[in-house]
Amino acid sequence: MEGNRLSRWFDRKGWSDLLIGAPYVWLLLFFLLPFLIVVAMSLGTKTPTAPPISFGGDYPLFNFQGYVRAVTDTLYFRAFITSLVSAGIATLLCLLIGYPMALGLTRVSKSWRNILLMLVILPFWTSFLLRVYAWMGLMGRSSWFNAGITKIWNAIVPAGWAVDFMPMMHSNFAVVLVMVYTYLPFMILPLYASLERLDPTLDEAALDLGSRPWQVFLDVTLPQSIPGIVAGGMLVFIPAAGELVIPTLVGDASSPMIGRVISDQFSSARDWPMASAIAVVLLVLMVGPAMIYSHFQAKAEGSK
Amino acid sequence: MAAAGEPFLRIENISKFFGPFQAVKDVSLNVAKGEIFSLLGGSGCGKTTLLRMLAGFEEPTSGKIFLDGRDMTGVAPWDRPVHMMFQSYALFPHMSVEKNIGYGLKHEKMSAQKKASRVREMLELVQLVPYATRKPHQISGGQRQRVALARALARQPKLLLLDEPLAALDKKLRERTQFELMSIQQRTGVTFIVVTHDQEEAMTLSDRIAVMDKGEVKQIGSPGEVYEFPNSKFVADFIGSITSFPATILERQTGQLRLSVPALGGEVMARDVPGLSEGQEATLAIRPEKLLISKDRPEGANAFQGTVKDLAYFGKDSLYRVILPSGVLVQAHAVNATRGGEAARVADWDDRVWISFAPSSAIVLAE
Amino acid sequence: MKRRHTFLVSMLGFGFAFFYIPILSMIVYSFNESRLASVWGGFSTKWYVSLFSNKQVIDALILSLEIALVSASIATILGTMAGIALARFTKFRGRLLFSGLVTAPLIMPEVITGISSLMFFILMAQWIGWPAQRGFTTVTLAHITFSMVFVTTIVQARMLQSDRSIEEAAMDLGSRPWEVLRDVTLPVISPAVMSGWLLAFTISLDDVVITSFTTGPGSTTLPLLIWSKVKLGVTPDINALATLMVGIVAIGVVIAGIFMNRAEHRRQRDEQMAFRANG
Repeated sequence: MEGNRLSRWFDRKGWSDLLIGAPYVWLLLFFLLPFLIVVAMSLGTKTPTAPPISFGGDYPLFNFQGYVRAVTDTLYFRAFITSLVSAGIATLLCLLIGYPMALGLTRVSKSWRNILLMLVILPFWTSFLLRVYAWMGLMGRSSWFNAGITKIWNAIVPAGWAVDFMPMMHSNFAVVLVMVYTYLPFMILPLYASLERLDPTLDEAALDLGSRPWQVFLDVTLPQSIPGIVAGGMLVFIPAAGELVIPTLVGDASSPMIGRVISDQFSSARDWPMASAIAVVLLVLMVGPAMIYSHFQAKAEGSK
Repeated sequence: MAAAGEPFLRIENISKFFGPFQAVKDVSLNVAKGEIFSLLGGSGCGKTTLLRMLAGFEEPTSGKIFLDGRDMTGVAPWDRPVHMMFQSYALFPHMSVEKNIGYGLKHEKMSAQKKASRVREMLELVQLVPYATRKPHQISGGQRQRVALARALARQPKLLLLDEPLAALDKKLRERTQFELMSIQQRTGVTFIVVTHDQEEAMTLSDRIAVMDKGEVKQIGSPGEVYEFPNSKFVADFIGSITSFPATILERQTGQLRLSVPALGGEVMARDVPGLSEGQEATLAIRPEKLLISKDRPEGANAFQGTVKDLAYFGKDSLYRVILPSGVLVQAHAVNATRGGEAARVADWDDRVWISFAPSSAIVLAE
Repeated sequence: MKRRHTFLVSMLGFGFAFFYIPILSMIVYSFNESRLASVWGGFSTKWYVSLFSNKQVIDALILSLEIALVSASIATILGTMAGIALARFTKFRGRLLFSGLVTAPLIMPEVITGISSLMFFILMAQWIGWPAQRGFTTVTLAHITFSMVFVTTIVQARMLQSDRSIEEAAMDLGSRPWEVLRDVTLPVISPAVMSGWLLAFTISLDDVVITSFTTGPGSTTLPLLIWSKVKLGVTPDINALATLMVGIVAIGVVIAGIFMNRAEHRRQRDEQMAFRANG
């Protein structure tokens, strides 16, 4: 009966415990535990040992220096502001470009739509790094693109403002431009998903009731696509705010973004408490609002 | 084997709670071997929960189920000799018709050859031999229903549970399938438990019906019993249509009751119902087809005069709505036995007519 | 509809130009004779030749593919388990934490995931002596962790769509829960599992940030190699590499598109068949 009991336990409960348990334990061990380590490190003290951190003994058990510096030091403060503003502008631009594109996708014929959707997704499957790199080539001072832009600029501005090339690389402008380029599909896809679900007869009903097309857009289409706007906005804003690759490659080294600061504090300065404290603050600033939003969203859906 | 006198399926004081909500309230019933037994009720009456407890998907909070003398408590769904035909049919979309039917046989210890011949037998039973290699989405709704039936029967269950077996079919197909189901049940001899909300379906299919409401069994009986002798207003109302009036019992004679029914404007004679006493408030209920309509005063008791307010011609019969002097509307059906269309009917708008019914047709309920 | 969508169509045109002009420019310049990336010096394929003879690139590519293959496969197994568990078991102890753990890596900035994994590995090495050195294993572990939640998202969504009663039907016909999983659940959700694997594979193959934190000496993946080259500026052999990668992806997507198109046709034909069977 022993084997029998074992197999009965497995059928009844064991298999579901396994199904839940394996990924659960994995995430606890390789995601939650490392994250808790970050939180713990943010309270430690930097030492010249390996690993460069210490608690207690000659040092305070909990050291809030990292947090104090993260919110008071102008370097970090500026980095936060630069990141949030750049990510914010990039998100807004993605929305302004992505919304008409998504709306356009819902209005073209079925066969075209599938091809165009594939073309939106295609860049997503190609290397992120290479998409950033493509813009490095275009923005460089001697590229055909830069030369073309320079020509246009020189033709429309007074002679005194003429330039030899546009200083595009290594600027916040370049960061925002490349962010828009790399994250635009993340805006278009959720927007398209929410716009595609809209009932076209609602549009027709509004037109029939005497609204002009732009009024229909404001009164009918836009309010119904808000979930798509929020989803797309979060998908762009959150990774953009913590971005490391783009600012490193095309950004202005004199005004670093927060992702770059975390990485530098950690790797070059070997200041684990500082890097960890900034990471925690960044998470609270970014993930906090997202969690609160999704909490209220779930509540609103639950009460329906 | 079951002991002599032991019913094939015995449900004993079953209750089921979902949190604070009691879905099934102290249900007890017995089903004989080879019976078609229906659980009839509206949505949320607990019939599906009861079915799922028989299948083993839900454990009763209290009470026991005995099948063929064996206590089913704690027996897993996969160990029960009970198979189910799901409302959605739940066919495996990635398997062909024959693979679907043969799926349960995987767990039988028999030769591959025997399994194949069993599948063949089942395909023949439900007349799907030409469709054996098709996938479920390549056949019609009626055919899918038959695949689901064959799949559930293939392992020769002791009990077959059918959850709204005909609900997904259109009206014409439903009537044909009803008789098919009955003939398949007769050929296989398997005990059927049918869950349905459709009283006509329950009436034609079943040997016996349990009418359920709010988790309780209201009445168990043959279709004739629950239709002609409902024991409550709920059952009377749920099965067929009915007109009911408040009444007071005036006198109990041998085998007969004399009631005062103010709505009808007089006294009514009805068949005696045990447990009633003189002076008690009761309900008189009459089925529309038991009400006769005529121009002249009929013989016997229970005749009342009124005016035709409305009539509807349905072809095979007509429905009259007659207004009585008390202001109450009653409905009466009359079969159009002669051919002549509108000209041949018994009465017309605003005609003075008599409505009457036999004392044995009147249902007296103690509520 | 009769209304013209001039504005929307021109926005689509602008958007696609924005998407593809940089890529096309990169492709054109990969055939540039000149070493100066932005000056056209005539047609040449020499950068492709030098790319294929570069052992560093080939080694990095092989390492990347190995890591992606292993991590995507394990991530698919774990992610599918989590997706099924979340969709099917609505009540178990710690479900709230579990569903939080499954969404958190999706919104966690890569830098933070990177440094937290690295600190974890460093401290682990110190406390229990494992991992002795960082490289293939640590990178793979980190990739599994953050790509499995993408698989979970896809599988969970698919599970919530599928009819639960087919699993009950299999159980009712005598299959134990794990047999139901093998015979019914997995075959039905297999397209979602496959796209989950593909996504995990792509994410792993493409990752720079987390890899750069969790890798060690001697373990350079292709993105890391590109990263170190690109940090120094634009070079024509990277153009050639990019062109090859874009080409492979485009071919893959076109083939997938053809398959999807075929499946769609087959579905339509089956529906007609079912319709005729009705008659």
